[in-house]
Amino acid sequence: MQSIAQLLQLIPKYDTLPEIWRLLIPILVSCLLFFALMALAVLFLVWLERKISAHIQDRLGPMYVGGWHGWAQTLADALKLLLKEDIVPDATDKLLFKMAPFIVFLGAFAAYVVIPFGVSSIVTDLNIGILYVVALGSLSVVGIIMAGWASNNKYSLYGGMRAAAQIISYEIPAAVAIMTVIIPVGSLSMVDIVNAQSGGIQNWFIFRNPFTFLAFFIYFIASLAEVNRTPFDIPEAESELVAGFHTEYSGMRFAFFFLAEYANMLLVTCVATTLFLGGWTSVLPGGSQLIPGPILFFLKAFAIIFVQMWLRWSVPRLRVDQLMYLSWKVLLPISFALVLGVGWLAVR
Amino acid sequence: MLSYFKDIGLGIITVLNSMWVACRHFFTRSVTLQYPTEKWTMPERARAKLFNKIEDCIGCSQCARVCPTRCITIKTEKRGKDEPEILASDGTPIKLRTYIYDIDMALCCYCGLCTFSCPTHCLQMTPAYEYSVYAIKDHIYQFAKEKPLSVRAPAEPTTASF
Amino acid sequence: MTLNMGPQHPSTHGVLRLELKTDGEIVADAIPHIGYLHRCFEKLVENVEYPGVVPFTDRMDYCAAMNMELGYVLTVEKLMGIHVNNRVRCLRIIMAELDRISSHLIAAGTYGNDIGSFTPFMWCFRDRETILDFFEETCGARLLYNYNWIGGLMFDVKPGFEKRLIEFIDYFEPQVDNLNKLLSDNFIFIRRTANVGIISPELAKSYGVTGPNLRGSGIKFDVRKDEPYLGYEDFDFEVPVGLGEYGPVGSCWDRYMVRIREVKESCKIIRQAVARLTPGDVHESIPKRVKPPAGEVYMRTECPRGELGYYIVSDGSTKPYRVKVKSPCFTVMSAFREASRGTMIADIIAILGSIDIVLGEIDR
Repeated sequence: MQSIAQLLQLIPKYDTLPEIWRLLIPILVSCLLFFALMALAVLFLVWLERKISAHIQDRLGPMYVGGWHGWAQTLADALKLLLKEDIVPDATDKLLFKMAPFIVFLGAFAAYVVIPFGVSSIVTDLNIGILYVVALGSLSVVGIIMAGWASNNKYSLYGGMRAAAQIISYEIPAAVAIMTVIIPVGSLSMVDIVNAQSGGIQNWFIFRNPFTFLAFFIYFIASLAEVNRTPFDIPEAESELVAGFHTEYSGMRFAFFFLAEYANMLLVTCVATTLFLGGWTSVLPGGSQLIPGPILFFLKAFAIIFVQMWLRWSVPRLRVDQLMYLSWKVLLPISFALVLGVGWLAVR
Repeated sequence: MLSYFKDIGLGIITVLNSMWVACRHFFTRSVTLQYPTEKWTMPERARAKLFNKIEDCIGCSQCARVCPTRCITIKTEKRGKDEPEILASDGTPIKLRTYIYDIDMALCCYCGLCTFSCPTHCLQMTPAYEYSVYAIKDHIYQFAKEKPLSVRAPAEPTTASF
Repeated sequence: MTLNMGPQHPSTHGVLRLELKTDGEIVADAIPHIGYLHRCFEKLVENVEYPGVVPFTDRMDYCAAMNMELGYVLTVEKLMGIHVNNRVRCLRIIMAELDRISSHLIAAGTYGNDIGSFTPFMWCFRDRETILDFFEETCGARLLYNYNWIGGLMFDVKPGFEKRLIEFIDYFEPQVDNLNKLLSDNFIFIRRTANVGIISPELAKSYGVTGPNLRGSGIKFDVRKDEPYLGYEDFDFEVPVGLGEYGPVGSCWDRYMVRIREVKESCKIIRQAVARLTPGDVHESIPKRVKPPAGEVYMRTECPRGELGYYIVSDGSTKPYRVKVKSPCFTVMSAFREASRGTMIADIIAILGSIDIVLGEIDR
C-alpha cells in the first residue's frame, strides 16, 4: 500500500487535500485493486472448475464462448445473470433476503486485505492477520442463515441450518491446525509467518516437522467444509434440497453467492499457501527468488485448488451426522494432539 | 478403539483410490462431439422423419390402418376407367387417386409399423432428424400432389379416417 | 414439519411426489403420491391392434424398453401358441441382456448423482452410448425400439454385429471394475448406503417386492431361473444376492451391488448367446394377421426392475379386450414407505435411488 500512496503523490494538488482524504484514498484504491484482481481470479476459477470437471468426466466443457476453449464463458454467464429479472418472492423477509448475499460476499472478500502476495504486495499487514481471517470466516455463516430463513422456504431453511452447523463445527479444527503454525512463528502477522518460511522448501511448514505436515491436511479438509465443497456440500446439495439456501435467489443475487463461494475457496487456499507452503518464498534451498513472488504464490495456490476440484469430482458427499462425526470426533482430537506435539517441540 | 483408527485408515485409502481413478480419466480423450460442427453419422436404418414417394403410392391405406397413433390421413377416390393407367415403379397398377396424404409428425411415435405394411415400399423412415419448426401445425407434411375430381376436398385436413 | 418433495425434484427419478413428515432431520413418514405420469396405457391399447401395442409397451419403462416389449410379445405368443426359431430366441436374449446392462448403468449413474458423486454418471452414460449405438444400427431407434414383434423381430442384426458386440463386452467388463473402485468401494459411499433403508427379507416377501430389490434382501429369486422362458434354462449364469457385507442384509448398498453384479452376469449371458446364434429368418413365424383365440393368459418375465407381468384377455378379435400390466416398481413403492421410517432426509434420497424406480412404469 506504500507504493500506491507514493504513486498518488504524483497527482497534482494531492497534497492540498484534507488529511482524512489522504488517509482514505490509498486504502480505497488498493482495496479496489485487490477486489478487481480477486474478481478476475474468481472468474478464472469458475472456468477452471468447469474444464477440470469436464475432463475428468470424459467430456469437453466450455469450448465455444470467446474462441479458445471457451475462456469467456464465465464472463458471458455473469452478464447473463446481470440481465435476469430480479425476483424477490412476496412472502420473504425482504430486508434480510436482500442483505444476505452481500454479507456472504463480504465474509469472503474482506479477508483478502491481509494475504501477502509478494514482499510488499499486501494491502495492510495487520499484526493480528491470521486471527482476522478466521474471524471473517464466521461472518459468512450469518449471511447463510439469513438467506435460509428469509427465503420462507423449507428447503432453504434446511440448507441454512445445515450450513451453519457445518461451518461452525469445522472452524474449530481449522483454527487449531492454524495454531500449530503460529506456535513456532510466535506471531499472528501473516508477513511474519511467510518470513519464517523463507530459505527454501525445507523451511516450509508442511515439511518442517511431521506435526505441521499433518496439520496441513487437517486444515485442508476443514477448509473444504468451510467453503461448502464436496464432500461437504450438504448446504447446497443439488440432488437433495434442490439448491439449499440459495434456492430462491436468481440473477445477480445468485451470482453473488456463486462468486462468494469461489472467492472463499481461493481465500482458504491462499491462507493454506501462506501458512504451510511458504507463501511467495522460493522453492530452492538457497532462497533465491527466480520466479517473482506473486506468480509463485498463485502457482502454489492453484495447485491446491486443483486438488480441491479433483476431490469434488471423485468423491460422494457425506451425510450431516457423518459430517459432524468427522469434525468433532476425528479432526478435532487429531488437531489437539498435533498442537501438543508442536508445543512439545517448541519448548524442548 | 481399533475400529476408530481402522475406519480413518480405510476412509483415507478408498478416497485416494477414487481420486486416482478419476485422475486417470483426466488424461483420456473426451468423447464429446461438438454438435453443429461435428455430427454423428446416422445408421441407415435410423428412424426419423417419414417420407412418402407419392408416385409409387397405390392408396391402399394400410399404413393409416396400422399406425397406433393415427397420424396418417389418407383420402382417395377411384380413378375413372377412361384415365390412362399409371404404374408404380415396381409395376403395380395404381387404381386409386390419393388426393390427401398427410402425415402429422408431431403425433408420430416413430415405431415404423407403417413402413413395413406398405406393399410398394414407398413410405420410408429417413435418418433426417433436424426438422424443428416454430408452429406445431407445420409438422403436418402433405405429400399428395393430385387434386380430386369428383369430391370437393375439405379446406383443412381432418384426422385419420379410412 | 411436512416437507413436500414435489413432482419437480432433481432426485425423484421422474414425477413422484413424496410427502415427508419430518421431525428435524428425522423422517417420521414418507407418503408417495403417484399418478403424475399416468397415460392410460391399459385403456389406450384396447383400441389398437396387437402389433400396434408394442410401441406403447416401450413407453412404460423407457429405460428398459426391450424387456417391456419382450414381456408383452411372449404373452401374446403364449396365447397364440407361436414358437420362434433359435435365432430369434438368441437375438431376443442378447437384446434383453444388453438392455438390462443399459438400465443398470442408468441406475448406477443416477444413484451416484443422488449421493453426490457426479463422475460415475458420465462414465456410465458413455458406455451406455455404445449399447444404444448397437440398438440404433439394428432397429433404428435408441430408446423406444418396437423391435420385439409378435412371432419374431423387426430386423435381423447387421453382419459383423456379433464380433463388434463381443469387442464391446471385452472393453466393458473392466469398466465395471473401474466403477467399483470409484464408487462402490468408496468409504463415504458405503457409509451413506450400507446401514440405510433396510428392507428385511420378511418385509420384502410380504410386500411382493421382486427383482434386484428382493435379491438385495438376500432372497434368491429370479424369474429367469425359477420359471425360465425363452430358453434361459440352457444358459449358465449366477443370480447375485445381497450378502450384507457392510451392514444388515437388505440395505441400499446391497441392492446397488446386486445390480452391478448382474451387469457382469449379463455380459456372461451375452457371450453364451452369441456363441449359440444360428443362421435363420427372423420373420419366419410372424403371423400375417394377429388374431389370438378368445381366452386369457398371464406371463411373467424378469425386467431389470423386477418381475414384469402381462395379463391379456382376448375376445378373438384383432384388438385386445384387456391388457393389464403388473409393474414391479409399483409394488416396491409400498415397501419404500416402510423402509424409510426413522431415517434422515438425505437417506430418503439414498433409498429412493437404490430401489431404482421409473415413474413411467409405476403410473403406466
